[in-house]
Parts: sequence; C-alpha cells; structure tokens
Amino acid sequence: MSSALRDRTGEVLLPGDEFSFDTDDTISLTGPVKPEKVVCGPGLRRSGDRLLVCKSGVLRHKPPNMFWMDSQQRRYVPAKGETIIGIVTVKSGDVFKVDFGGSEQASLSYLAFEGATKRNRPNVQVGDLVFSQFLLANQDMEPELVCVDSSGRANGMGVFGGGGLLFTVSLGLVRRLLTPHSEILSDLKQLFPCELVMGMNGRLWVKSCSLQQTLVISNLLQSCDTMTAQQRRELFRRVAQGAL
Amino acid sequence: MKETLLSNCERDFLLQAIAEKKRLDGRQTYDYRKMKITFGTDYGCCFVDLGKTRVMAQVSCELVAPKESRPNEGIMFFNIELSPMASPTFEQGRQSELSVKLNRQLERCLRNSKCIDTESLCVVSGEKVWKIRVDVHVLNHDGNLMDVASIAAITALCHFRRPDVSIQGDEVTVVSPKEKWDERYPSSDHVFFLSFCRTYLLVDPCEREERVMDGLLMIAMNKHREICSIQSSGGIMLLKEQVMRCSKIASVKVSEITELLIKALENDKKARKEGGRCGFAESMPQERITALKFEETSVEMTDVAERASDVVQGAEAPPLMVPSPVVPVPGVGQVGLGLQNTWGLEEEDDDEEEEAEECANRGEEGEEKVTKMEVERHKKDASREGQFT
Repeated sequence: MSSALRDRTGEVLLPGDEFSFDTDDTISLTGPVKPEKVVCGPGLRRSGDRLLVCKSGVLRHKPPNMFWMDSQQRRYVPAKGETIIGIVTVKSGDVFKVDFGGSEQASLSYLAFEGATKRNRPNVQVGDLVFSQFLLANQDMEPELVCVDSSGRANGMGVFGGGGLLFTVSLGLVRRLLTPHSEILSDLKQLFPCELVMGMNGRLWVKSCSLQQTLVISNLLQSCDTMTAQQRRELFRRVAQGAL
Repeated sequence: MKETLLSNCERDFLLQAIAEKKRLDGRQTYDYRKMKITFGTDYGCCFVDLGKTRVMAQVSCELVAPKESRPNEGIMFFNIELSPMASPTFEQGRQSELSVKLNRQLERCLRNSKCIDTESLCVVSGEKVWKIRVDVHVLNHDGNLMDVASIAAITALCHFRRPDVSIQGDEVTVVSPKEKWDERYPSSDHVFFLSFCRTYLLVDPCEREERVMDGLLMIAMNKHREICSIQSSGGIMLLKEQVMRCSKIASVKVSEITELLIKALENDKKARKEGGRCGFAESMPQERITALKFEETSVEMTDVAERASDVVQGAEAPPLMVPSPVVPVPGVGQVGLGLQNTWGLEEEDDDEEEEAEECANRGEEGEEKVTKMEVERHKKDASREGQFT
C-alpha cells in the first residue's frame, strides 16, 4: 500500500478516495518479510484495512513512511503541542480565559508562566496577547494552554505585543511560514527588518520600525496567501523598488 | 456567538494609525473602498459589494388594500436581514440592536425623503394599491453596512419593473412586467457613514475600524445635494464646522456613487436588450480564485523611502570634486571607474575608513573615495543594522 501512496504523492485527492491492499502485492516467500508501516497524518483515516482520505487537498509524503493531506482552511481546530496567539478575555481568580479563534475559549492557569508562584503573579491584563501552547486539546474537553514548556522555561512564550499589528491569515500560510527554510520568510527578510510572531491558529503579529512598514508587511503577508511563488517574488521586488 | 474581544494591541495600533492618517488597507481618510454593482436575472434584484462587505436587495410587489387613513397611496415596506452568514456575531431570528437601528434608518431615509411617489402606486382608490416590498440581505459584514444597504435598496428600486395593470369595470388584470420603465425614477439617496475616532474623521470604516470608533454620523443626501436625514450617535460632540465639512464630503461622494449607479443600470439595460445573458452567474469570473483573495491595494510607500534617504543624508556629504580622468593612452580617457584612487593620501586613511565601517559609525569621518561607493556603503550599514534588530 505504501507504494500506491507514494505513486499518488503530489496529486489532488478528494474525501472518499481510498487506498487498500492490492491483491497482487507480491510477498516474497524466501526472504525475511518486514511488515510495512504507514504513518497517517491529518486528513487520512484508517477504517478496517482501508485507508480513507477525509479532507480534500494534496497528498504529501515524508520519508520513510509518513503521509498526510495538505489542505487549506481558515478555521482553527486545536491540537496538542501547537503554539498559538490568544487574546485574554476574562481574568477570574486563578485562571485566564483565552480566545484563540476556536469553538470555545481555552483556559490558562496563572501558574503556567515562567517564574510564577502563588505570591508572584504574572502581569496579564484583559485584552493582552499571549503566545502559548496547548497542553490539552480534546474535542470533548475544554482546551488548556500553558506558557512554559515541560522543563518550566518560557522558551519565547508569554505575554507580548505593544505597538504591533495582529491580523489573520489562512492556516496553510502559517504552516508555510513555519517550515525550516521558508522562502516567504527569506524574501521578507530582505525587505524590512521586523519582528514577527506566528500563531498556528492563523494569527500573525508583526512589528516593524515604523507604522507604515508594519502596514506594508501585513498587507503583503495577507495577499501572498493565494499567490504562486513567482507572483510573490514579483510583488516583493516591486515593493523593494518602491521603497528604496 | 459573542464578538471576540479586540486586543489592546490592535486597538492601540489602529488609533495610532488613524492619528497618523493611515488606514489598514492603504486608503486615504476620505476614500471609499472599491464598489461593485451587479444585477440578477429578475428585475429588482441587485448585489452591491463594497470591499468585502456584500449585500443583496430584492424588490417585489403585490396588490393589497390600502391603509384606512391613506386610501390613495401605495405602501412601501423595508426589511434588512442580518443572518449568521454575514458574521458569526449575528444570530438567526433574534432582533439585535444593530438590526433594529439599520431598519429604522433605512425606513426613515427612503420613506420620508419621498424618493418614490406613493400616490402613483394607487390602482383603484380605496380598494387596490401596490405594496412594494424591499428585502435587503446582508451576505458579508466587513463594516459600513448602512451605506451598502441603502445603495442596494435604491439600486434595486431603480431596476425594478412594476407590472402593468388594466382595469375593466370592476376587474383588475395584471399583465407581466414589460419594458415599461418605472416612471418615478427615485432620486437617488445615499446614506453616508462617517465615523469619528477621538477627534479624527474617517469615511467608510471597515469592521475593525468600526470597533474602535467613538461615534457615528450618518448623512442621507440625494443627488440634488439636499440632505434627507442626519443622524448622530455615540455621544460625540460635533461643532458646526465639522458638520458642514461632513456634508460637503457627502455631496462629493453622492455624485460619484450616483454616476456609478447610473452606469451600472445602463450596462444592464444594454445587456438585456441585446439578448445577452445577464444575471448574477454571469458576473462571477470563471476559473479564478474568489476566496482568500486580496484586491490590489495601493499602499503608500513614500514614508518608507524617506527613511532610506534619511540614512543617506545622515552620512557625510560626498565630495563635490569630480575625479579627474585617467589617461592611459593618448586619445582614451577613463573617468571614475572606482579602481583608481585619485587622492594623494593613501594607506593610513584607508585603515581609518575600515575601522569606521566596522564600528558602524556613520557619523565619523573617513576619507571619501567615489560618490557611488560611499552611498553603497551606507546602505550596507543600514541593512546590516537592520538585520541585527
């Protein structure tokens, strides 16, 4: 089956397409046979001995055996371990309620900040932006956020943001920006120096030297969502020429 | 669903941007977003887009008995629907404050301004009159609903064809709508949204700007520059001059929008006469992405350029002297290639320059060589500094 999957990597698949064991998959009787293992990522689901596609998109593959569907959406569904940008809405007793764009608000305990104790409370106000990660993200329970990693260090998380602009983009764009050698980011670096926080819930926060540059960068990022690489490079070049 | 809280960071940024007369999508403070008017296949159905705000209006009519107090006049009925399709904050079936406000404003503006002559809607006095019903559905909410709703209502009314009626004794027969143009061309009314944030005035706010605004001034004006209604809400104190200025802005915009409206109606009439296909489906572009798309906006780049020139100006002025030409061979001259150093003072000054560069101190003096190289070095310094922030 993994050969069938590999053949169709890069194709656009629709929900309902399935992969099953072919009857003429030959198994060698003489040599040692290793059971082939396929790791299904988001968008693929196993039912019985078939593999079903449940989201429309492009099939991607990461060797040795990981497959997933690369799809586009704007609505965020919380997943454990993902870092997001949230807005604090309610401050009640020991717990903050944070809105991250999902179906309900997540809870963030005041002790989940670096160096926070019962006496030493973190300085968080209603309306502040927090960069945090999901500790618990089930579909049946209220999601929980923390601003420390497992060793108790902040690692870049916590309250932030004075003077920048928050805007929303599609989830696919954020994932593209977060890849290790993102082209978009390297193109952007050559334009203006800026500070950029990327939340996987589709929210981006940007701050640059002047208000004008911040507006330019936010408009650029919002518009390069649906552009091909060529169009995007053309656009960035036009902006660079206009600026300098 | 309750509205998501606007974070402090966004609010501060928006207010600061407005104070510097900059808007999120690169418009000027008195600019409207791009407006697009399309018509459906039926008479009386129109769609109006203003940026991302999208509204549909449909006009229909029926024969009813008139009101007791006014047996000679027809009836007009307006309705604005806010469905959850427009925004997650709108709830189905619930009359929210916003919907009541919009309905009241639309009714007041269109009914009291007498843009439609109700007496001509009468068929048989005291017995049968036309009841014209305008339904406005908001399809997407990105700010400035009132404006778009009123433009859609007026355009739909202009586009509508009332059926012909023939009366024989007591019988009234209705004939299907023909080419008879609705005689009472409604004098176009437009409502203008002018929002105030602290002491700054913005025209056509988008949704985020609406959330930051303090107060609102709505002016309804027709194309003869007569004000039909003014409403101010939000408790802002306005001076007389400010109100005059707003009405002047409104009159300019009215003429622009009326032109657009008339042109759209003409185009549609021409398309129908030629028998070409018309309607909503035709106006959608084929094989193009329609979601997640950003219209081309002209973002102002002038300030950004200033910073670069500031950097250049902060450096020492380049020498006014033109390097003298080098003559390698009689008859051939070489000017300013940058390879030859025409200054007499050599090595020690060179070292000084290297140090100055490494400290990234543009203000320090160094001996300049050639104009071009100097500017390049400063740009390199600026970009290097930029990367370290």
